Amino acid sequence: MNNENNKRIWSDYQKEIADDHFFFVRSCIRQSFFPGSEQFFLHLMRNILGKDVYENPSHTTCTGIGYHTDIVPFPTIMTVVARHFALMKEAGYKNLAISCVTSFGIYTEIIETWKHFPEELEKTREYLYKATGREFDLPENMAHTSDIVYNFRNEIAAKSRYNLINRFTGKPLKVVEHVGCHYSKMFPKYGVGGAEFPKVLSGMAEAWGGEVIDYPERRHCCGFGFRQYLVQANRGYSLSNSVKKFESMKPYKPDVIITNCPGCNMFMDRWQYTVKEMEGKTYGENGQSIPVLTYEELAGLVLGIDPWQLGLQYHMVQSEPLLDKLGIPYNPADKYRTREGKEMPVPENLINV
Amino acid sequence: MERLYNQLLEDVRFREGMNACMNCGVCTAICPAAEFYNYDPRKIVNEVQKKDDETIEVLLKSDTIWYCGECMSCKTRCPRGNTPGLIIMALRTLSQKTGYFTETEKGRQQFAIKRTIGENIFNYGYCVAAYAVNPDMHPEQGPIWRYIIDHSKEIYERLGVKYDELGEGPLRKIPEDAKEELRNIFEVTGGTDFMEEIEKHSKNKAKELGIQISETGIRNEYFTKVYTENSNRHTLNDQEEL
Repeated sequence: MNNENNKRIWSDYQKEIADDHFFFVRSCIRQSFFPGSEQFFLHLMRNILGKDVYENPSHTTCTGIGYHTDIVPFPTIMTVVARHFALMKEAGYKNLAISCVTSFGIYTEIIETWKHFPEELEKTREYLYKATGREFDLPENMAHTSDIVYNFRNEIAAKSRYNLINRFTGKPLKVVEHVGCHYSKMFPKYGVGGAEFPKVLSGMAEAWGGEVIDYPERRHCCGFGFRQYLVQANRGYSLSNSVKKFESMKPYKPDVIITNCPGCNMFMDRWQYTVKEMEGKTYGENGQSIPVLTYEELAGLVLGIDPWQLGLQYHMVQSEPLLDKLGIPYNPADKYRTREGKEMPVPENLINV
Repeated sequence: MERLYNQLLEDVRFREGMNACMNCGVCTAICPAAEFYNYDPRKIVNEVQKKDDETIEVLLKSDTIWYCGECMSCKTRCPRGNTPGLIIMALRTLSQKTGYFTETEKGRQQFAIKRTIGENIFNYGYCVAAYAVNPDMHPEQGPIWRYIIDHSKEIYERLGVKYDELGEGPLRKIPEDAKEELRNIFEVTGGTDFMEEIEKHSKNKAKELGIQISETGIRNEYFTKVYTENSNRHTLNDQEEL
């Protein structure tokens, strides 16, 4: 096949990602469960890569979890998102950086809806003006924050202090990458590599020296399922789907799981605890569980940031086995302290301790 | 009453998601819900495309439409450009507008979601916020979550969080004027009316069943019932055992 043909075929899987001047929108789940990740993203962008990232305190939830649990109507969420576009316009930004995969899916769905049904865009403009007096433009560039980190993966590699190499074996670390469903399964053109060849996380892992595992259930949903987790009676759905993935990846002996979705990250961490409690089953080596990291936490480790500043100690599955493999030094006595350095109680019954 | 099928057509998601199904079943093969629940998206799309109101009414009053997890994996795979997930979303919206959702165990759960996620949106400006995730309702979060809730201020401060304060940052307090705009958007776009419909139909059902329900919040018998009740008649294994 000649190069021109190759280029044409793969052009559908490319994504243009802005490289500066971002309007940053946070995630409800990430800010609650992995706030260190969002904070490190800002530190990485502003202080390590020297980029301009703006955050507006008036930005609210996109209501995406309400929408996907079917209590928020479509016209309502379209108008809430339009308000965010208005805040971006007012601040003079054109590139949107979205921290949440549910939100990212919502933004892509809404923009595509407005293309297919222009009357919905007009209706939304009227609703927003009536409700808030605001007007909006569409973003020129829209990226998930994992797209942005992917875009700078080689710069991060150039500044890295640690590679994803198992220092006990000298071999690349075996990485499971789990891409959130709403990142590119709905609208493949908005994701790096589309839905068929998502490269966003594997590209980072490989650039930093790791080896990505291709296992049978690699693209299966983590099982969040919105109402299937949020209502206690339904949680078997959520747990069962994660277990399906864990069983499928176990034979490949993963050292770490990385995700780009707030829900996936939380569930793959917490369900390992649950299934261990319920059935005594574990999925890592030597009876341990597999640490589940956000891509920012992994980038932070590669760059030599203190694991406790990233918040790794606030996962259920603790990361020490991974830190040992990477040869990253850590002080166990610093794990649970206040900002001022005062000692705090140590949580009990965590995993991998 | 306007035909149910016509009401579905008014939803752009239905028009986007429902083209012509050739019953290949790829959606069912890829579906995480079909993996465990007695659920078959192919069948639902096929039933809806018959445009028969009686069939649609049965669906709107069923547990079936509430099994989907809205992961949208079906959208990627359908060779005819249908999206069963979007059809489900349109059916769920209509089931709540008509009040049919209170007819089944899985449908009635919408009340629990409204009283948790729905109230969070108005109270905090977030769907989810750490302080609204009660460890007693989330045992699967494990001991780390209770620890985080017990020491919230210190833990979040160390990670650079302005916990429930105005200004930039994670878990910041959303300013009152922003929450007011959010409420206005719900008002203008029908979001408030929609949630009131969920309340109204749920209260009627609670009355019919003789179960206590409160005006707000989650401390009432009806909430506990719909949040925790599981008849164990939903999965493929359960069906075999019956």
